[in-house]
Amino acid sequence: MSDPHGATVSPSTSTSPQPSSPPGVVTVTRPAVRDPVNYLNVDYSWKSWLLTVDHKRIGILYLLSITFFFVIGGAAAVAFRLELMTPKADLFESETYNKLFTMHGVVMIFFFLIPSIPAVLGNFLVPLMVGARDMAFPKLNLASWYLFMIGGLTAVWTMLIGGVDTGWTFYTPYSSTYSNTYVMATAVAVFITGFSSILTGLNIIVTVHKLRAPGMHWFRMPLFIWSHYAASLIMILGTPVLAVTILLVAIERGLGIGIFDPKLGGDPILFQHLFWFYSHPAVYIMILPSFGVISEIIAAFSRNRVFGYRFVAFASLGIAVLGFLVWGHHMFVSGQSAYAGMVFSILSLLIAVPSAIKVFNWTATLYRGRLRFDTPLLYALGFIGLFTIGGLTGLFLALLAIDVHVHDTYFIVAHFHYIMVGGAVMGYLGGLHYWWPKMTGRLYPEGWARLSAILVFVGFNLTFFPQFVLGYLGMPRRYHIYPPEWQTLNVMSSAGASILGVAYLFPITYLIWSLKFGPRASANPWDATGLEWQVPSPPTTHNFAVTPHVTEDAYAYPDSALVGDAH
Amino acid sequence: MPTQTAPLSATPTDGAESDEPVAHHFDTLQQQQEAVTLGMWVFLATEIMFFGGAFATYTVYRREHSAAFHAASRELDLVLGGVNTLVLLTSSLTMAFAVAAAGARKKGLTVLMLAATMVLGAAFLGIKGVEYHHKYEHHLLPAFGLPFEWHDHAQAGGAKLFFSLYLGMTGLHALHMVIGIALMGIFAVRVWRSVDVGHRRQGTEVLGLYWHFVDVVWIYLFPLLYLIDRS
Amino acid sequence: MDNAEFQLFPDAASTVASRVDALFLFMTALTIFFTVAIAGAILYLGIRYRRGANVNRAQYSPPLWLELSWLLTPVPVVIFVFIWSSQLFLEMQRPPKDAMEIRVVAKQWMWKLQHPSGRREIDELHVPTGRAVRMTMISEDVIHSFYVPAFRIKQDVLPGRYTTTWFEADTPGTYHLFCAEYCGTNHSRMKGRVVVQTPSEYEEWLGGGRRDQSPVVAGAALYEQFRCGSCHAQTVTPLRAPPLEGIYGRSVKLANGATVTADDSYLRESITRPAAKVVAGFQPIMPVFEGQISEEGLSDLLAYLKSLGTADGVTADGSGGAAEGGSREGAKP
Repeated sequence: MSDPHGATVSPSTSTSPQPSSPPGVVTVTRPAVRDPVNYLNVDYSWKSWLLTVDHKRIGILYLLSITFFFVIGGAAAVAFRLELMTPKADLFESETYNKLFTMHGVVMIFFFLIPSIPAVLGNFLVPLMVGARDMAFPKLNLASWYLFMIGGLTAVWTMLIGGVDTGWTFYTPYSSTYSNTYVMATAVAVFITGFSSILTGLNIIVTVHKLRAPGMHWFRMPLFIWSHYAASLIMILGTPVLAVTILLVAIERGLGIGIFDPKLGGDPILFQHLFWFYSHPAVYIMILPSFGVISEIIAAFSRNRVFGYRFVAFASLGIAVLGFLVWGHHMFVSGQSAYAGMVFSILSLLIAVPSAIKVFNWTATLYRGRLRFDTPLLYALGFIGLFTIGGLTGLFLALLAIDVHVHDTYFIVAHFHYIMVGGAVMGYLGGLHYWWPKMTGRLYPEGWARLSAILVFVGFNLTFFPQFVLGYLGMPRRYHIYPPEWQTLNVMSSAGASILGVAYLFPITYLIWSLKFGPRASANPWDATGLEWQVPSPPTTHNFAVTPHVTEDAYAYPDSALVGDAH
Repeated sequence: MPTQTAPLSATPTDGAESDEPVAHHFDTLQQQQEAVTLGMWVFLATEIMFFGGAFATYTVYRREHSAAFHAASRELDLVLGGVNTLVLLTSSLTMAFAVAAAGARKKGLTVLMLAATMVLGAAFLGIKGVEYHHKYEHHLLPAFGLPFEWHDHAQAGGAKLFFSLYLGMTGLHALHMVIGIALMGIFAVRVWRSVDVGHRRQGTEVLGLYWHFVDVVWIYLFPLLYLIDRS
Repeated sequence: MDNAEFQLFPDAASTVASRVDALFLFMTALTIFFTVAIAGAILYLGIRYRRGANVNRAQYSPPLWLELSWLLTPVPVVIFVFIWSSQLFLEMQRPPKDAMEIRVVAKQWMWKLQHPSGRREIDELHVPTGRAVRMTMISEDVIHSFYVPAFRIKQDVLPGRYTTTWFEADTPGTYHLFCAEYCGTNHSRMKGRVVVQTPSEYEEWLGGGRRDQSPVVAGAALYEQFRCGSCHAQTVTPLRAPPLEGIYGRSVKLANGATVTADDSYLRESITRPAAKVVAGFQPIMPVFEGQISEEGLSDLLAYLKSLGTADGVTADGSGGAAEGGSREGAKP
């Protein structure tokens, strides 16, 4: 096979005969040798992009959009981390500061993390990996992107006209009655974007059930598919509850109907239950797809079957189910009963079990492998380490007696950033690099990419590790000013944030650079298994000229030391 | 390496019955139909969770404020609510007829049944409008800053909560009906213009699933809001 | 603050603090262990099995016992820490019966606290060592949270409903008090100090300062002002309202058949929204006092009601009968 570091020159290798374009699409005639027709160059017009129903183009549209929102959310973080370098208020008024951290949370969670892997990599790869020509409902897929954009741009517009200051959790009665900011507009923006998430999840579920190629039975699917399927279950079952909850808050604010207003006998704790019923499973929407990416990368770069494939698959489903049962661990000090607290505590602790299985299994996959430390593997290994820390600190929080002290402090902030940034974002970056050649037909510069991965890792730890210490010391979150004795740790964190911020600019830069100047990629530059690597880089619009027939398990590397599954 | 089987098919397969065309990404008509049906069921699952959140809210508050909810519920018009229930059930019947007609490839009958369903749906909304108007006249609509009056000052908060939830939940339901009627109208036009109504059979079925679901939500709402607190 | 210097670990100034720390340090050790183990394994496997290395890569089938072992080993660890933490937590939720009661009203953006003697403080709380202190708290507006890191305690403070927490301070000093639930613009300025003193210092402090009115006296005045006795006095016939002597802590049967305990929350709700829980055998005719009496006033009324005797016959002024100002205002209402 081709050398991953070299460019491919012969365009005729491993391409299948091009099918005719579907009616209504203009086929651009190009010189035959260098540039075969693929999903990118088949039509360059605006209309062909904005009205596309090709899941791959939709994935690219999402890639551009979420990068835009990531920059906005990141800018908010840079702003308040700068402010936090001193204990006093220097740069902003408190109201502005409060709006900054709220927008950081709202944008990063709803407009970056939740869509990121499923909408970019999931949309692009799910049909390819199962051997299908597209998602089950291509037009709904496009609709989901438009809904996402409408919601996202509404949120940005809200920021520009004044913003919202409730925190991303919108607790009542502050959000429903007391805040003077644009709560309703933000709630509406999130509501609209929720439908985008539901449609993505719906598409993935139906595609996995009904569009698998012949021979691809469930236990032959890549683990990427399993984890996206599990995340999609959460997307469709959890998101509607958030939708109705913020709708009730919006109604309360907009129409004056009192639902969470204690003066009418409403219950602000009910809001918390309804809110967290979605928002806890939401964190599994954010991490499960990342798990899928890590499984793929570890397998490919150790050239081994994944250790305990079935256990990893079932662990994903287990996490999705258990994830719906633990929301009360966000409410241990809210006034809910101690016994409810205990139930939520034990269930939250038990989620550690399927997560631990995955970590052990990924590590074991390395055994007797043939490892090469390309950028995707660096991100994957970094993920395992940081997710382990993040996940274990989750156990601290599941323990009632500790959570009383650290709830609503920087310990929580550190915990979830270890999982979300050290976990989900590193998984996203790893996946983006791994599948970049497939998506764009270009190779990224490996040297710069490795450097960036290391810089991200270092910057990340310097930013968030001190926050564990700050949290246990007692620094509450969402604080504009703080006692001066905590300045040193805050400065460390802000310094790390500046490194992290710069580090994120590197991939943005060199990935764009590679589109024009990167060496062209062959169909399978990593020599990996998986149907997506059997089609050209980039693929044609319809993926497969003929429906593949699958005869092998996933990760059937001929030299895999691991044979069969653990049973 | 994966082997290759039959070439992709973008045209209808067996010609015995002229079925709807198969989209390019499906291999067979059956695959397409199963996918579409599964898709609608998954969507209905999301709707169950959506209304479920509202039902949960109602249930919690009904326990907290049982006396006020009892009293407030008696203000709802049992006759109008009952008539509406019959209207909606009948509309589900006409919808079922529409599906059967489409399956039997009777275009005229299909469009007629769809129209009947829309009329009944509109009637439902009309009666609902009358109910809302009554509440508005009696100062029982806690919205838009309208005056709210409840005879028993002690229960006022609970009563206001009841009417808030009544308005919110029936309003959401009505919104779903409006969307359903609108979609049905667009769809009926397509059926009328179609060359072979058999091509629209699955669409009718899927629309039917949605309509029946909206009906079922009402079957839960009606007893919960109108009936069970009246003792 | 004492120790306003750089620290990596917080002061421990309450009886539970070091116990919470012990659990925390155990979990930290566990985390370090697993992190080092995983990182070490990755490092080892990564180096040993790098592509091109000449090592044994013979095929193998993973034994089921290995999979099951790392599925099952976390379980006993998890159960162990769960039991440890739950026991500690339940203790942290249950104040001792002789705890001294401090009433807290939170509002944007300040803490108002009142001692049993009536002495009020704003954004500052003086407490003695060696004495259990129970905080009964309510908010006037949004959700706040009472947090003293040095005590390792935290409890959300809600509008419309009392929440409680308790602690026993054991180390004199001055410690941070924070609001730990985002409550609006000046959330980070809603801070205060907890001043822990020796018992004698505390007595001295309590004795000094303005002579504040005892909550029981203030409550009795409100009872007069709002003419509660016009229905609740037992001289009214036919009985229009349930008697209030000994009401505090008593089991009450409601019109809907349920039975509740007349605690702070129930009594407060009965004043603000009487229709919510009507006592069996009585009509729902009590006027609604929501919005007419401040939280401090409600708190004083409750102190007065408590002074009318509790269910177990002990005067509940929070001091178990000692002289702190809860003298029994025993006149019949």
